[in-house]
Amino acid sequence: MTHQISGLFKNLITALFIVLSLTSFSQDISSDAGVITQGETLFNSNCKACHRVDQKLIGPALAGIEDRAPSIDWIKEFVRNSSKLIASGDEYANKVYEESGKILMTSFTSLSDDQIMSILAYVKAEAEKPEEVATVADGGGTGSGDGVPPTYLNAILVGMIVILVLLLVILGLIISSLKRYLDQKDLTEEDREVVHSPFTFSSIVQSTGFIFIVVFLVASISFKTVIDGLYTIGVQQGYAPKQPIAFSHKVHAGEYEIDCQYCHTGAIKGRSANIPSPNICMNCHTQIRSGTNTGETEIAKIVSAIETNRPIEWVRVHNLPDLAYFNHSQHVNVGGIECQTCHGPIEEMDVVKQYSLLTMGWCIDCHRTTDLNTKGNEYYDNLLELHNNNAMKVEDIGGLECAKCHY
Amino acid sequence: MSITKKTYWKGIQQLKNDPAFVEHAHKEFVDLGVENDPRHTRRDFLKMMGFSVAAASLAACEAPIRKAIPFVNKPIDADPSIPNYYASTYINGGDYCSIVVKTLEGRPIKIEGNTLSKVSNGGTNAQVEASVMSLYDNYRLRGPKKDNGNVSWEDADKEITAKLQGVAASNGQIRIVSNTILSPSTKAAIQHFKSKYPTANHIQYDQVSYYGMLKGNEASFGKAFLPSYDFAKANLIVSVGADFLGTWLSPIEFAKQYSVNRKISEENRNMSRHYQFETNLTLTGANADYRTMIRPSQQGLVVAQLYNLIAGKAGNATISAGMDKVANLDKAAEELWANRGKALLVCGSNDKDVQVLVNGINSMLDSYGSTILSNKAVNYRQGNDEEMAAFIADAEASRIGAVIFYNCNPVYDHPMGAQLGAALKNISLTVSTSYTEDETASMSTYKTPDHHYLESWNDFEPKTNSFSLSQPAITPIFNTRQAQESLLMWAGEKVEYFSFVKNNWKDWYFNQSALGLGFQAFWDKCLYDGVLEVGGESGGSLSFAGDVNAASSAISANYKANNTGFEIALYESYGVGNGSQANNPLLQEFPDPITKAVWDNYATISQKDAATLGVDNDAEGHTQYLNIAIGGKSVKLPALVQPGQTPGTIGIAIGYGRTKVGKVAENLGQNVYPFIVMSNGTLNYSITSNVTPTLLDESYQIAQTQTHQTYMGRSSVIQESVLSEFKKDPEAGREFPKISKWDEKVDPGTVTLWKGHDYNNHHWGMSIDLNSCTGCGACIVACNVENNVALVGKQEVINRREMHWLRIDRYYSSSATDISDYEALEHAAENPEVVFQPMLCQHCNNAPCETVCPVAATTHSTEGLNQMAYNRCIGTRYCANNCPYKVRRFNWFKYHDNQQFYEVNPSMNTDLGRMVLNPEVTVRSRGVMEKCSFCVQRIQSGKLAAKKEKRKLKDGDVVTACQASCTSGAIVFGDMNDSESKISKLLQITRSKERPNSSDKQIGNPRAYRVLEEIGVKPNIFYLTKIKNKEVTNA
Repeated sequence: MTHQISGLFKNLITALFIVLSLTSFSQDISSDAGVITQGETLFNSNCKACHRVDQKLIGPALAGIEDRAPSIDWIKEFVRNSSKLIASGDEYANKVYEESGKILMTSFTSLSDDQIMSILAYVKAEAEKPEEVATVADGGGTGSGDGVPPTYLNAILVGMIVILVLLLVILGLIISSLKRYLDQKDLTEEDREVVHSPFTFSSIVQSTGFIFIVVFLVASISFKTVIDGLYTIGVQQGYAPKQPIAFSHKVHAGEYEIDCQYCHTGAIKGRSANIPSPNICMNCHTQIRSGTNTGETEIAKIVSAIETNRPIEWVRVHNLPDLAYFNHSQHVNVGGIECQTCHGPIEEMDVVKQYSLLTMGWCIDCHRTTDLNTKGNEYYDNLLELHNNNAMKVEDIGGLECAKCHY
Repeated sequence: MSITKKTYWKGIQQLKNDPAFVEHAHKEFVDLGVENDPRHTRRDFLKMMGFSVAAASLAACEAPIRKAIPFVNKPIDADPSIPNYYASTYINGGDYCSIVVKTLEGRPIKIEGNTLSKVSNGGTNAQVEASVMSLYDNYRLRGPKKDNGNVSWEDADKEITAKLQGVAASNGQIRIVSNTILSPSTKAAIQHFKSKYPTANHIQYDQVSYYGMLKGNEASFGKAFLPSYDFAKANLIVSVGADFLGTWLSPIEFAKQYSVNRKISEENRNMSRHYQFETNLTLTGANADYRTMIRPSQQGLVVAQLYNLIAGKAGNATISAGMDKVANLDKAAEELWANRGKALLVCGSNDKDVQVLVNGINSMLDSYGSTILSNKAVNYRQGNDEEMAAFIADAEASRIGAVIFYNCNPVYDHPMGAQLGAALKNISLTVSTSYTEDETASMSTYKTPDHHYLESWNDFEPKTNSFSLSQPAITPIFNTRQAQESLLMWAGEKVEYFSFVKNNWKDWYFNQSALGLGFQAFWDKCLYDGVLEVGGESGGSLSFAGDVNAASSAISANYKANNTGFEIALYESYGVGNGSQANNPLLQEFPDPITKAVWDNYATISQKDAATLGVDNDAEGHTQYLNIAIGGKSVKLPALVQPGQTPGTIGIAIGYGRTKVGKVAENLGQNVYPFIVMSNGTLNYSITSNVTPTLLDESYQIAQTQTHQTYMGRSSVIQESVLSEFKKDPEAGREFPKISKWDEKVDPGTVTLWKGHDYNNHHWGMSIDLNSCTGCGACIVACNVENNVALVGKQEVINRREMHWLRIDRYYSSSATDISDYEALEHAAENPEVVFQPMLCQHCNNAPCETVCPVAATTHSTEGLNQMAYNRCIGTRYCANNCPYKVRRFNWFKYHDNQQFYEVNPSMNTDLGRMVLNPEVTVRSRGVMEKCSFCVQRIQSGKLAAKKEKRKLKDGDVVTACQASCTSGAIVFGDMNDSESKISKLLQITRSKERPNSSDKQIGNPRAYRVLEEIGVKPNIFYLTKIKNKEVTNA
């Protein structure tokens, strides 16, 4: 309850703050959720490569930009053509230019006034976001799962082993005391032999039962190994070949949070996600000539590829057989699947490795369990109606049929 | 008597009940004994298999390293895996078609018609569809050559220019020889060349000459031109020897127009009537309502007779020439006269005098201005036989100093080619711009190869004021150069041909266009559309001023009504054509629509003559050689007995017997161009005297797909009627098979073990109108290219292993009713009626193939498709055995990466050829079954496009390759669940209220039927009945 109240209180303060700031200065900057979302998309695809809200990257941190800059119109002008503004001798523009190590900002002539305003709205909203996340995370760690916790499990196991050993000891004691009892009796020679049967290793080894068990075990283990082995043929899970350029997704996608589709332009358009061509790399690397991990050597390779007009021969990590048809846009664009669903935590990988199995069974499993993304897509209207607007799995509209992927 | 009570047979072997035919008739796979090799035993097989399993598993452990190589600088509109389409123009000599080229990763992989064109109207034919493979011909020249050595362009230019200047300085004659040139800019480039070298002259010739027609029109109207025809406006069409649906003048355009009046429905119960008078059975003759066999020596007299009949009705003076007793001619004249203003007479003769009479008849019929558009002249054929003959005479007499062969091959395809070839050594400078080292290029000193048309910039004027552009769809593969650029270079002008064309358009057409755009926008639009129309239709009608009496007396002298000797009619085949694309295996393996023969050249003879000569064809294509002596020369060809061939005549195709062409077509068949003779100032494609065929005691086997997979005796396959019956009852000709239950007879669809399917999303279906289908076969080639269908070569076709997913069954029919009356049947077979039926996987709702597959490799989809998973198939072939339509194809070999098929199947065996493969479709390997997939890759991409745009699928989003190629629009494909789709409307589909998405739909169109309805497999392909517009005499 206290949490709720304090949250409410914070929200109130935030709202008040926003209202105050709106009245005080930037009456243009919207706080409408839709505008902010639009701004977020635009920010991610256009600005994020060089700017962060509260962190200096290539360009300055953008938080508070609306207060810092001379005017909103100045911002618009700078975004569209910074070099012109700098050349015109504008004082603040030249100051920013000097502070950023004389790196010119790319001109975004195509951005409309509204779009720039929505980006500002996003920046503002982001900068003023109350830091509630941390508190929530603090309280969220102690989820109690069903079943026995692993520590108890170990204790139980140890206890059972102790009991079994005790049982063995007791049984041994019983046998020896029985033997002693029998020895005291008068026994025939045959019975005595039975009681004192000589224990020889070879007799056990040569017994039919033993041979049968061993043969059976060996045969079934090798059979299982062969079958398992056969299943792994062509499965390259974990495949992480060395690439001609030590490109790190961890740096680009992780640290700098560059949108996947900024480089992999085909993912929403077509079958192939596209390995980016060097000219896309050069969008940023005309400015950035030294890298986080390897200094200048790796970036120089891109420059040299452009200069010598020789393409970079990347090693394909994800290989589907020719007989399987896979289309990125169906999954990314229509299905709205995150890249990480199949490619794993790519933003943590320095060297890309094949995260998923990429077998047919793996595809099918997902088609069985994934709900169709039918929201706002008229294509599915008829099907939704037939299913009484209930969620459908990919399987329900023929996602398991051969000719959906094999033709 | 119902008109459908006829007997159909696929060939005369079936008709005669030939023992070889009967033996194999019921078999899907014939054991021809080809595999019985005693050296390889079963044990060897097992050893090999053991070894290959081990090798395969070892190889599979280590995956090969595959590279992904992106662009260095990615062009903004080139995305891997996303096709780009470019409007362009197919051109081969004077053959023209406006096209759209599909390119993937910068490679053209498919050609389709451009619907924006008012000339070709989105149509294509087999040659256009196949031409994309010619781009990747291994026989193409890699760069300029001098004699047999390579030379740089700079050196070649320097030497050629020096020699040209030398020849010009000594006032020597220079000639540029070409086929018909449709391009105004090319002609301008030649003009530039001529102004630099005033002794230069440009000579055009055509492999199949229309010079007689040009001269005939000059004699009739004072202007040597070819008019536009509009078959769509004609209610009555009479053709004397013009194969206008197959090869004559502009067949794509004509087929489109012709189909307009051949489409009938309950609402529109009218169709045109078509009379054909011809020698060989052509595609056009096969589509005619009335067909009369005439000899080539009678052709002129038939036209003269028609002239007299029409003149009689018009009250004009008759002429002296003519002949009696031409079947159907009086009736044709009667109806021509009745339909004047809506009638059209065309004639394939290259005789000026005959064409004068044809013009006279058309003039009396008021065709000019209605069915003949004289103000819209066409430029397809501009060849001048006399100038070409004079040039060859000059060359022989050493009167020529230099010659440039501009993309033509007269040494092979001109009747006097041999003389020309011998005379080339008399000429000090010989240059050829052909893109392959053909017969002419190989004899020329300099080979300066032009780009393939798909790599070129160019412009065309197929008709007055109709223009089109050609743009490169791929960067030039080899070190070739646009021939026009070469001509300009040698004329001392170093210009890019692209800017040359663009500037010309700025000067010539920009001002004429009514688009109201700036030039760059105008140019971009023209390039995007591929075509440009300027100006309205202007110009007055023509008045006929030909001298019919002079023509008449010439005809009397040149033609005979009662010739008794053998005659030869040369023709262009529908695949290989004039031979310029002979090295294209798609065309070689394209079954001729009539003879169904592939990879061969043969002499077609009538059954009567076969009996006299002793020729015997059997069902396996075994035949004998004929030696045909013609004047002093002779040619040896296998005989093919062809129903419909005029007795006493022999048909031979040109375009074969090439010697310098590449591995595919080298020495295939015989070259018959040398037998064409000049008569009356024009080339004559028939030989009417001194022809003596003799049977040689030498057997031969022709590869025919003709008698394979027959449906003998099943009348529900072809359902046919005549127009008069159809007018009374739109269900005329339909068969309604019933099956017996214990108490009643019911429709076969009602009794079933299956519950039927519910296709909740889409239900794909196809309708094929047998009345519109001309049998041209463009769909076969389109399907081959789209679906990476393997080509197997002649021997494998003989072994009945052709891989075509779509075939066109050609049925002959006759009016005889009694099957046991062989005599009567044979009589009718002399001139049978023909029905074409495209046959492909019927995508049955109760598919018999699915139930017998032991590994579920062929299954049913929720959209009504019968799908085939190649990697699951283990090759039992049960499915093919169980398929009632015989449309499944088995891969007997690995056709890719296999030396054995290197020559016949280059698209899967050479690096260059592989560029044509469609990456969306798997290349199948040995041991798996394959068949038509309804172009599932196109269905999937159409659906995906709709999903991405978050909208419903529209009709037309998914177009199958065969449908796109069908010029006459006979094939309609679409979603039968969509009540707005064209197919739903055409078939008049009503969906039940209880189960609207059920696979069983109510079909309302009275013409629609399913083949073999009685077996209850419920195909998703419907055929519309064939309706002939003829009168039933014995009804």
